[in-house]
Amino acid sequence: MLETEFNVRSPAPAWREETQRAASPEVLLETRTLCFDAGGRRLIDRIDIDIRAGRRTMIMGANGTGKSLLLRLLHGLIPPTRGEVLWRGRPLDRRGRHAQAMVFQRPVMLRRSVIANLRFALAVRGFTGSERTMRETEALQRAQLEGLAARQARVLSAGEQQRLAVARALSCAPRILFLDEPTASLDPVSTHAVEQLIREAHADGVTIVLATHDVGQARRLGDDLVFMHAGRVVETGRVSDVLNAPRSEAARAWLEGRLYLDSSS
Amino acid sequence: MGSFLASLGEAVGLIVTGDPDLLEIIGLSLRVTLTAVAAACVIGLPTGAVVGALRFPGRSLAGVVLNSLMGLPPVVVGLMVYMALSAGGPLGPLGLLYTPTAMIIAQTILVTPIVAALTKQIVEDLHADYAEQFASLEVGPFDRVVALLWDARFSLMTVALAGFGRAVAEVGAVIMVGGNINHVTRVMTTTIALETSKGNLEVALALGVVLLTIALIVNGAVMTFRATAARVTYA
Repeated sequence: MLETEFNVRSPAPAWREETQRAASPEVLLETRTLCFDAGGRRLIDRIDIDIRAGRRTMIMGANGTGKSLLLRLLHGLIPPTRGEVLWRGRPLDRRGRHAQAMVFQRPVMLRRSVIANLRFALAVRGFTGSERTMRETEALQRAQLEGLAARQARVLSAGEQQRLAVARALSCAPRILFLDEPTASLDPVSTHAVEQLIREAHADGVTIVLATHDVGQARRLGDDLVFMHAGRVVETGRVSDVLNAPRSEAARAWLEGRLYLDSSS
Repeated sequence: MGSFLASLGEAVGLIVTGDPDLLEIIGLSLRVTLTAVAAACVIGLPTGAVVGALRFPGRSLAGVVLNSLMGLPPVVVGLMVYMALSAGGPLGPLGLLYTPTAMIIAQTILVTPIVAALTKQIVEDLHADYAEQFASLEVGPFDRVVALLWDARFSLMTVALAGFGRAVAEVGAVIMVGGNINHVTRVMTTTIALETSKGNLEVALALGVVLLTIALIVNGAVMTFRATAARVTYA
């Protein structure tokens, strides 16, 4: 068992896992033999992981390896073909989903103003009256978009849209925030602003699960890292450990920029 | 060519002098058409949005039916409404046959599938954009439909225009259920057909010109409103 808060369970002896659980933060999310098939192919293959409260977990791996799919399965956007996702020990249900939020690679902006985008999200999550107004104001400040509240969200720059998307997700007070390559198409300044929002959210106690290709970002933001290859988790550990001394051939090849074709995949 | 120009001249004269009969026909045409389009929008917009945005058993079939009904033959609709409203029909006691209400009913039946099918397409495309965000926020079916209709409102104006175009030009159904009764159910299209058959080409032509002008004005007004509203909204 790796000495991280993010665990791949299978190799661990039961007594050790119990000991570590007792000493570690609460497990928010766990997966059991999570599989997802499509088009006759297994795209996610027997993933068993725990995500503990308050940690920042980076999911890395080559294109098409299943990072985004794993996030969607964890968030309950798609049902697994086999296995299950547990939220605080119970099957992920509406209540669990309410404690989660997700930010997509391409921010989804409604054809409305900035403030109306925030208002819509808060309204469907049941926030009303003065609390909703307070959260709207807070989100605008957080995203540094106070001066653009009445502007149509779709005409904002890519960086502003992504800041709004993160602020909108956080305004619903999630316990866990999934981010799918949120800075993939942003310039360094916008990337820094989005990363700052993520840091602030984490400081406020939000658990972060972020898929990224950016090694620098993983080092800047991550506590734990899970490396995927061909729909499987092939390596986990602390970010610095995995990135400085990868144990799996898939991670080593990816970090060196080599094409890695695993015959078993 | 000479007779066409003469008829056109007389037609312009009728319009310019504000012939009361002509104004009455134009007024009734607009009343019937606009009421039918409004009713079709009330029914067709949410129907199209539900089929376009929600997943339910029979959704594909509903889409096929809506698309097929876009080509509903007006005379068939006229016949169905006629049978329903005639003395022996289920709605006979209401006494609606040969009234403007009967014409509104027939036009509403004709226009609703057009509005619903086009709305479905627009909402479906927009929903493809929103689906993951909606799922992440757990937006319920009602909120989903309302949000999509609101966000697609500028595109849906074009849908209403398509419905208006169909209704204002319709003759087969309204002549069957309205009867083309002078000062009661006579509208522009039925008058054009009648006056042409009688050889009064100048009146028919005058109404044709008016019909085209109204269509142009309505389209122009809606498109201008749409462009202005969109510009203000997306400024």
